[in-house]
Amino acid sequence: MSLHTLEVARPPLSPAAGFSPAIELENVTRRFLTPDGKSMTALRDFTMTVDRGEFACVVGPTGCGKSTTLNLVTGLARPSAGEVRVMGGPVSGIHEDVGFVFQADALFPWRSVLDNVAAGPIYRGLSKARAYEKARDWIARVGLSRFEKHYPHQLSGGMRKRVALAQTFINEPKILLMDEPFSALDVQTRTLMQNELLDLWSGSGASVVFVTHDLEEAVALADKVYVLTAGPATVKSVYRIDLPRPRVMEEIRYDSAFVEQCRVIWDDLRQEVQIGQQRTLDTGH
Amino acid sequence: MSMPAHAVSAPSTAAPRAIPTEAEIEAKARARIKARRTLVISLRIAILVAVLGIWEIGAETGFIDPFFFASPSGIADQIWIWMTEGTSQGPLWTQILVTLEETVLGFIIGAVGGVVCGILLGRNKLLADVFSIYIKIANSIPRVVLGSIFIIALGLGMPSKVALAVVMVFFVVFANAFQGVREADRAMIANAQILGASPFQITTTVIIPSAMSWILASLHVSFGFALVGAVVGEFLGAKQGVGLLIATAQGAFNANGVFAAMIILAVLALVMEFLITLVENRLVKWRPVPFNEQN
Repeated sequence: MSLHTLEVARPPLSPAAGFSPAIELENVTRRFLTPDGKSMTALRDFTMTVDRGEFACVVGPTGCGKSTTLNLVTGLARPSAGEVRVMGGPVSGIHEDVGFVFQADALFPWRSVLDNVAAGPIYRGLSKARAYEKARDWIARVGLSRFEKHYPHQLSGGMRKRVALAQTFINEPKILLMDEPFSALDVQTRTLMQNELLDLWSGSGASVVFVTHDLEEAVALADKVYVLTAGPATVKSVYRIDLPRPRVMEEIRYDSAFVEQCRVIWDDLRQEVQIGQQRTLDTGH
Repeated sequence: MSMPAHAVSAPSTAAPRAIPTEAEIEAKARARIKARRTLVISLRIAILVAVLGIWEIGAETGFIDPFFFASPSGIADQIWIWMTEGTSQGPLWTQILVTLEETVLGFIIGAVGGVVCGILLGRNKLLADVFSIYIKIANSIPRVVLGSIFIIALGLGMPSKVALAVVMVFFVVFANAFQGVREADRAMIANAQILGASPFQITTTVIIPSAMSWILASLHVSFGFALVGAVVGEFLGAKQGVGLLIATAQGAFNANGVFAAMIILAVLALVMEFLITLVENRLVKWRPVPFNEQN
């Protein structure tokens, strides 16, 4: 299944999609130089298109270069070959429409919840009063109003993720990049956070690229799932997920269409996982 | 919540006495903590009394020669005389104030310089690569020797002592600030960048706060170093100060005087250490409290 046939056959999702897509990566290759001067290819001939308002998930074997795709979109990494476009324009530096939720805890531990959430608007030059007002609103939306004065270390992992979501959404990003954001959470909390994310996203109209190694998470959340090959990563196949929205995470996993979809994609992904694993065992790194 | 608890509620035949209530357990734990604290404090006092007692008795009986090793009562007398009648070089308070001023000035200048240079070099790879070799060389010089140069260049007054205190403090603070900047979390910096922070905002709101624990740790050590710098400077040549007091006492074979000045310096250092801890606690109140600090 090729990406291009899929894209051409499909009508635009929404009126906004009539403009250029939110994110385009065209035949992108990304090489790293290791400290001892060796070149390592993380991404090879990678092509991906995310329309405005679309939720795309990227799954692939461990260490195949999934996160690299996100860094290319932020502008924190430059492509070695190929082209990356955000909102129709080439990427030069960090785009102000981009928001990023990290896998690790990236909150500022010396700032209270309120100051963490207000950070983005203040960095962008909003007055403190306005920024705090906005921050209170977003903290309320993620249900943490009673924890405004708390410091991150006083919160549970799930609550810290909520703060991270509020911190990102307050900037009203048109493009939301998420790098295995919920992988460190326990299963129940993860389900809650997935619902939370879909709620916030559905009101925002943002385009999402969500990187995960959890296939079920990908299918449950996404409009479109990209399966990557074992490193150097390239797109193996693209699947469109037509499950109706709004989706409820606690229930969707028992939906027969969902189960079938997962099974099909897993057959595809499994080969790559095995290749990746075999390579790790063979090379020892 | 109450439903499952009801379903598995324990048979009511269990002896009520056997299970202590929450309040009883807490009261017991509190009593244990209190008893332990009392024990620690009494042991501390006992050790102090024992050491001073043995020293004093040794000096009285001639087992320890008080001419060379002083005696607690002699030291106390000396401090009392200095406090009431003044020292050979003027009132005791003046000497303490002079030394304190040199120390604090040197400490502030050295710490600020160290922090600024540490952040500058920590943030700029080229500067760090170029200057690291010179800093290593400068750091390997026994810095106390620089005191002689400072006395020649800056005279017997305060500036030479301050300069020596500065070089004592600078390298410690610099090394820690540099390391702190380098250890700043990558994800946190990237987060700030994407949220819209400029490089300057990243330095002030991410780099400096995250290096703060490192910097504060170095301040504890370096205040002691500043004091050493000031006192050694006064040793080498001065008109005022506790260091001169020690030098004078040494010249007169007055062991009590040397010990007395030493105790005054120790009290100074302890007071300042306490103040720095206060400042630190204000600055890093976001840090988690270590679990069960008592043990």
